Amino acid sequence: MIRVILPQHLRTLAHVNGEVLLEVEGQVTPRSILDALESRYPMLQGTIRDHTTLERRPFLRFFACEQDVSHESPDSPLPDSVAAGSEPFLIIGAIAGGLCP
Amino acid sequence: MSKVRVLVGTKKGAFILTSDGKRQQWDVSGPHFAGWEIYHLKGSPVDPNRIYASQSTGWFGQIVQRSNDGGKTWEPVGNKFTYDGVPGTHQWYDGTPHPWEFKRVWHLEPSLSDPETVYAGIEDAALFRSTDGGQNWQELSGLRGHGSGPHWQPGGGGMCLHTIILDPSDANRIFIAISAAGAFRTDDGGGTWQPINRGLQSGSIPDPKAEVGHCVHHIAMHPSRPGVLFMQKHWDVMRSDDAGDSWQEVSGNLPTDFGFAIDVHAHEPETVYVVPIKSDSEHFPPDGKLRVYRSRSGGNEWEPLSNGLPQENCYVNVLRDAMSVDRLDDCGIYFGTTGGQVYASSDAGDSWMPIVRDLPSVLSVEVQTLT
Repeated sequence: MIRVILPQHLRTLAHVNGEVLLEVEGQVTPRSILDALESRYPMLQGTIRDHTTLERRPFLRFFACEQDVSHESPDSPLPDSVAAGSEPFLIIGAIAGGLCP
Repeated sequence: MSKVRVLVGTKKGAFILTSDGKRQQWDVSGPHFAGWEIYHLKGSPVDPNRIYASQSTGWFGQIVQRSNDGGKTWEPVGNKFTYDGVPGTHQWYDGTPHPWEFKRVWHLEPSLSDPETVYAGIEDAALFRSTDGGQNWQELSGLRGHGSGPHWQPGGGGMCLHTIILDPSDANRIFIAISAAGAFRTDDGGGTWQPINRGLQSGSIPDPKAEVGHCVHHIAMHPSRPGVLFMQKHWDVMRSDDAGDSWQEVSGNLPTDFGFAIDVHAHEPETVYVVPIKSDSEHFPPDGKLRVYRSRSGGNEWEPLSNGLPQENCYVNVLRDAMSVDRLDDCGIYFGTTGGQVYASSDAGDSWMPIVRDLPSVLSVEVQTLT
C-alpha cells in the first residue's frame, strides 16, 4: 500500500484522518498516486492539480524521502521505499500563498 | 411563525445565523469550511434547505458545496469550470492581451423555479450553469462571445462576474455585471447577450461613455418591477427604468457616490439602500461613521441611517454581495463588514444592532425568510 499524507484542509474535505492508504497499479509515480487518490476521493479533483492540464497547483509541493520532487516529471518513478509503503508521499501546502478579494 | 436564516460568507469560513421573526435573538452556527474563503452562499427560492456555497483558497482552488438540510450538512459537488472552446484573451491591467483563466466562483444564483439549476459567476468573467445540482457546469459562452470580450479588463478585485439577477417575470431574461466590463442582459435564456451600459459615465476610462469598460459594483432589482434596476457603480449610483437599456444617475445628496453594496426594500420598490464609501483609494466610510443611506423615492433624495451603527473611528468596508433583505412584513435589512460585524435592522433601517461582532472579514450576506 502507498501511504499519502495530505494537508489538513484536504483531509477535512475528503473526510479522512491521518494517512491515506492507496493501492496503486503499475509504476508508482506522482501521476499514478494522484490518479488513485482522485479516483478514491473524487472531491479532491482540481484541488491538487488542474482538472484539465493536470499541472500541480502553484502553492503545493510534493515530497518523497525528504526530497522535493515537485519539479520532477509526474511520470518519474518514486523511490522504492515509497512504492513499498515504508515512506509516505507528502503533499504539502506552501507557508506563503493564498489570495484575498 | 416565520424564521430568518442569514448566510454569511467570510474570508475564513461560512456562518449561518438564525432567528425567529422578531429578529432579536440569534443563533450562530459555524465556522463551516473553516479556514477557506467563502465568497458566497445562497439558498434555492424553491427549496430553501437547498443551499449552494462557493469555497476556495489560493492553495487548493475552487470547491462548490451543497446542502440539502439548510446548512447543517454539506457535500462537495462539481468544481470543474472549463471555458467553452478556445478561451482567447481579455485585456490585462496594462492593456496587453491576457488569456482567460479560471480563478474562483464569486456568486452562485439558484434558479427561481428548479432547485437543481444554479448559475455561477466566475473570475475570469464568465457565466456557468448547472442543471444537476452543481455536479456539472457548462459555460453560457454567448456572453464571453459577445464581440467586446477581448476588451474587458479586470477591476481592482479581478475580472469577476459578481452579479446575477434572474427576471421573475421572464425565464429567458438574465442580468449580469462584471468588473470592469459592465452590465449585460440576455433575453433568450443565455444564448446571446447585449451590453446595457448606455448612460453610464466612467471618467477613468479613455471613452467615458464606452459600450463596455465600466466598473459596475453591484445591481439590485425588486421582483415586482423587474424592469427597474438600481446600480452601485465604482462611482455613481444609477437607475434604469427600461431593463438596462438606459441609465440615469440618482446619487443626489449622497455624501459620496462611491460604494459597493446596494439593495431594495422587500415591499417598497422605490426604497433603496446603499453604504457610501469614501473613495476608491480609501475603502471606508466618510468621517469614520458607518451609515447606510436610504432613499424612499427611488434615488436622488437620500437619508442617513445611523441609529445603532458606530459613529466614530469606524474604518470598515461593506463589499458588493454583503447586503441583503428579508421578506417579513417589517422588512429586515442586513449587511456585513470587512471588520467581521453583521448588522441587522428589523425596522427597514431605522435602527440597527449587531448580530455578531467578530467574524472574519465578511464577503457576502444572503437572507432567507422561512415560513
